[in-house]
Amino acid sequence: MSAGYFMGLAAVLFAIGASGVLLRRNALIMFMSVELMLNAVNLTFVAAGRELGSIDGQVAVLFVMVVAAAEVVVGLAIIVTVFRRRSTASVDDLSELRG
Amino acid sequence: MIDLIWLAIALPLGGVVVLLFFGRRLGEPGAGVLGTLTVAGSFVVAAAASVDFFGGDGEAHVVRLFDWIPALGLDAELLWDPLAAAMTLVVTGVGTLIHLYSISYMAEDERYSRFFTYLNLFVASMLILVLGANFGLLFVGWELVGLSSFLLISFWFTKPSAAAAGKKAFIVNRIGDFGFLIALMIIFATFGTFSYGAVFEEAAGELTAGAATAVALLLFVGAAGKSAQLPLHIWLPDAMEGPTPVSALIHAATMVTAGVYMVARTAALYELSATASGVVATVGIITAFGAATVALGQRDIKRVLAYSTISQLGYMFLGVGVGAYTAGIFHLYTHAFFKALLFLGAGSVIHAMAGEQDMRRMGGLRKHMPWTFGTMVVAWLAISGIPPLSGFWSKDEILAATFERGGAWVVLWAIGIVTALLTALYMARLMYLTFWTKPKWADEVHPHESPLLMVIPLVVLAGASLVAGIINTPWRLGFEHFLEPSFEGIELAHAPAVGTEWVLAIISVLAGLAGLAYATRRYFFRPAPPEESDTWRWVRNGYYVDNVYGDTIVRPGKLGAAWMAFVADQRGVDGLVNGVGWLVRRLGALLRPLQTGFVRSYGAAMMIGTVVLLVWLVSRAGL
Repeated sequence: MSAGYFMGLAAVLFAIGASGVLLRRNALIMFMSVELMLNAVNLTFVAAGRELGSIDGQVAVLFVMVVAAAEVVVGLAIIVTVFRRRSTASVDDLSELRG
Repeated sequence: MIDLIWLAIALPLGGVVVLLFFGRRLGEPGAGVLGTLTVAGSFVVAAAASVDFFGGDGEAHVVRLFDWIPALGLDAELLWDPLAAAMTLVVTGVGTLIHLYSISYMAEDERYSRFFTYLNLFVASMLILVLGANFGLLFVGWELVGLSSFLLISFWFTKPSAAAAGKKAFIVNRIGDFGFLIALMIIFATFGTFSYGAVFEEAAGELTAGAATAVALLLFVGAAGKSAQLPLHIWLPDAMEGPTPVSALIHAATMVTAGVYMVARTAALYELSATASGVVATVGIITAFGAATVALGQRDIKRVLAYSTISQLGYMFLGVGVGAYTAGIFHLYTHAFFKALLFLGAGSVIHAMAGEQDMRRMGGLRKHMPWTFGTMVVAWLAISGIPPLSGFWSKDEILAATFERGGAWVVLWAIGIVTALLTALYMARLMYLTFWTKPKWADEVHPHESPLLMVIPLVVLAGASLVAGIINTPWRLGFEHFLEPSFEGIELAHAPAVGTEWVLAIISVLAGLAGLAYATRRYFFRPAPPEESDTWRWVRNGYYVDNVYGDTIVRPGKLGAAWMAFVADQRGVDGLVNGVGWLVRRLGALLRPLQTGFVRSYGAAMMIGTVVLLVWLVSRAGL
């Protein structure tokens, strides 16, 4: 199986994620879309690593997963807190800091 | 002592500096005393330096002080010759007396020390003017006296008329200075130097007749501005808005004579152009006559004297114009005494009348102010040309020299005689309306003699007016011989032989007496006539010259200025600046919709941008 399919899948996943971030208003959904984009990138790393016979791709993926995990912890905590205080998670309503 | 002549300038200049910084602390009368002492010091220096000249040694000394503008070869150097000495003695001598008078006259003025600062500045500037040994210093002094004159005319600047008069004097003088400046440029272009000595020596060889006429006439434009000759005389009557000592010192005795001094100093240039000299003499005598007629109709005591000054300056220009340079300077010298005296006397009267200047509300003052009255009588007779007072000798000398030239000059002489009659007439009118006839002042005015400090200068000046003439009588031309070394190589016009001179003198004295007699009949024996006919109004307003200038020059000028200010500046220049702002705002408004404030829009933009970039990169790589 050539790396091209993996790359194509990754591109599709990334596009779905990006559309999600841009089109949805719910912070939680946007967050999930970001995860999707991250994982699309991970997929390209792994595919490229295998194609090139290098371990570097997998190393990079491990780093991304660690950072993503940390990010999920912080991000979800913020979203949950916001939801508790404002009973909404719509990003358009959270405009208090907007200039 | 001659090497120290710079002290004459430095002393009053030092006074300016001290008064500027510590004047307020010196207070009253400290500031005035300091001002007076510095000028008196200058007088002492000048007198000591003149001693040699009195002995008959008239050699000119050039005192070099320092390099000034090396690029133009211009040095700060002073010329000490009999002409400079005569001018310096007049300026510092009369200046000292007027400073002394001002100590008392300006008492209780809010800006007492500032007044003496300006007055000292004036004396220093005037000395730079008369002592400079090149046209550069002459010009610097010329402008500085103009500045001090402006400051002093508008000394009471809270009064709108005083502020306007100061501006008027400054602007009219600027017109004269324009001519002066062009003359200086021609001189420098021709000779490559500003130094008097070099210019006058080479003048005959270097200047063509046309160029000499141009230079001399342009210099005279400057002189006419400074000395209030037609058609630039309009500022002097208005300059009477200044304090009276200023009128006496600057606008009668010294500054206004700077033009006469300049013509006499540059005699070597006027010698080369009969046309220019003729113009000087003609303008002089027309001014003398015209101003004398206007003086007849004035009601303000100071304005009579102002027009009288213009008229007497006309005589001086007649003198230097016909080539009788020494006679012109001689009249300058006697006039300084009697006209300063008249002004100070008028100041004393105004002081006594609590600020009243209209002669119709004076009268009968001789009993109340005997000293002022007595001294002013001396000045009155002196200016009227009654022998043996000083004015007779100098005026007669000028008229006699004019007559001696013969031909068409006799016409100028005749006008001069008529002017002498008018002079006696308007002065007698002033004296009768002020000191004789019935008192016409308001009830709350209580005239009184002025304090001693004001009387002393009056008495000294009266003494000078009485005897100053004897230094230059037809039998003993002392002053002329004193001045002659300054006019070396220049043909001086002389008064005719003693026989003719007698006849001429008798004619001019008779003219003066006729004026006196008519004035006595008209103003002494009868109640003052109302003088309300159209002719009188015409004369009183100076033939409406001011209005003519107002309509032909000032109004178009104001219109032009208004166009520049409200059309060219506010619409043109401001429009350009505002236009740039408007353009930026419109562009901003066009671009504003792009800034939605939604992060997702920005994200989409980034996204699209990235994709476009990627597509471009990839397609370039040929994939």
